[in-house]
Amino acid sequence: MSESATVLKPVESQPANRPSPSDIKLSVRNLNFYYGTTKALKNINLELETNKVTAFIGPSGCGKSTLLRILNRMYDLYPNQRAEGEVLLDGQNVLDPKLDINLLRARVGMVFQKPTPFPMTIYDNIAFGIRLYEKLPKSEMDGRVETALRGAALWEEVKNKLNASGLSLSGGQQQRLCIARTVAIRPEVILFDEPCSALDPISTAKIEELIDELKTRYTIAIVTHNMQQAARCSDKTAFMYLGDLIEFDQTSKIFMSPEQKQTQDYITGRFG
Amino acid sequence: MTTDQHTVKAYDEELHFIGSRLAEMGGIAEKMLYDAIDALSRLDADLARRTIERDPKLDALQREIEEKAVLTIARRQPMAVDLRELVAAIHIASDLERVGDLCKNIAKRTTKISGDMRVPRTLVGLKHMADIAAIQLKNVLDAYAQKNVAAADEVWRRDADVDALEDSVFRDLLTFMMEDPRNISFCTHLLFCSKNIERIGDHATNIAETVHYLVTGEPLPVERPKGGSSGLESQAAAAK
Repeated sequence: MSESATVLKPVESQPANRPSPSDIKLSVRNLNFYYGTTKALKNINLELETNKVTAFIGPSGCGKSTLLRILNRMYDLYPNQRAEGEVLLDGQNVLDPKLDINLLRARVGMVFQKPTPFPMTIYDNIAFGIRLYEKLPKSEMDGRVETALRGAALWEEVKNKLNASGLSLSGGQQQRLCIARTVAIRPEVILFDEPCSALDPISTAKIEELIDELKTRYTIAIVTHNMQQAARCSDKTAFMYLGDLIEFDQTSKIFMSPEQKQTQDYITGRFG
Repeated sequence: MTTDQHTVKAYDEELHFIGSRLAEMGGIAEKMLYDAIDALSRLDADLARRTIERDPKLDALQREIEEKAVLTIARRQPMAVDLRELVAAIHIASDLERVGDLCKNIAKRTTKISGDMRVPRTLVGLKHMADIAAIQLKNVLDAYAQKNVAAADEVWRRDADVDALEDSVFRDLLTFMMEDPRNISFCTHLLFCSKNIERIGDHATNIAETVHYLVTGEPLPVERPKGGSSGLESQAAAAK
């Protein structure tokens, strides 16, 4: 705004964006990522706050899913993919090659775009993950399975058919089963990669309600193409474009009056 | 990479439609204010009646803008500047509709007092006040059309001028009423006209606040500069 010198000051400016260090769960510093020779992320710096939901938005190919997959080293599964920089989980660099990846993924769980239940019973879908990390007697395991299913708002719908196949559930129920499987191993961070893109509006609302409830116990990052969803369920939003982090701010600020023209053009549908 | 057009062209057309209706409302409201004051200062009952007849058009436009804006919000889920644009349109249409009502009220009073006016010089102060309110209204509508936040802020600051003049008009009219009880009837009508003009100034200020929010995304302070105390208070103080 050229006339900004004469513009009156607003009543209250946005609260300071910098969270205190103790509130930061994950800190991404100078992160670059390569698919072979292609640079997919360019010097990303941002912080995920404890017990907050951080949304990542941007057009396809902007690097938001790539960034999410770095946070629990999912990219390790593929050859020729390489990350530079630091991702600090409670101050510990998760990109350190010596880090135990299984332990990392127990602390940083992930829910994918398409529901991915295992071809086993509902009960075993939950128990499977727990058994990888802990040996529990049957009675205790029953309790953990129930707690996980309750935590994913699925218990009432499946409590009488725990031995039915996970694949017999509806899409929305399958996705909540995957969330239950993730929370069963008591992670600290949950990554959602477009969790509702294959779901109907009612199932979507249930997942969003669940995310709102889960954030009281976990730190959450969500990638979504649905901007209304980002606006509804996140505390902070990051807009990415072509591997750059363009803008990262309070969700209310991003969706009401973003600083960057690119952000505004994207969220108002003036892009491309 | 980016353009000022929406990818969905119909969205642009909806916003453009609302903008053009709002511009039409602004034009009518300005004309009504101009004519209402002209009719009052020349005691022209015909012009006053024609001013009254314009008001239903303003009401209809306001309803149309409101319906379109709500429909666009429902259909497009607008964000950021688009959402602010629609919310601003609803607010401004409502302010302009009220301006129309106030002009209509001035015109109605003109038809009542046109045969009864005793001291035309009482109108000088009122006319001056109305001229300033008309300039405020014009400037704020220009600021809206140009999305000029500095011009909107200037209107916001200058509302104090209209308020101060209202005080002085109030004192003048009170003096006329004390001079001769036969003046009381039409002076009372003129007091209401003065209040109406002051309120038109307030609506111009509301629109200025809306334009500031529309452009910057931030609200102006709740408290705005006030011109003098209310006429009643100053009269009470003078009587002591």
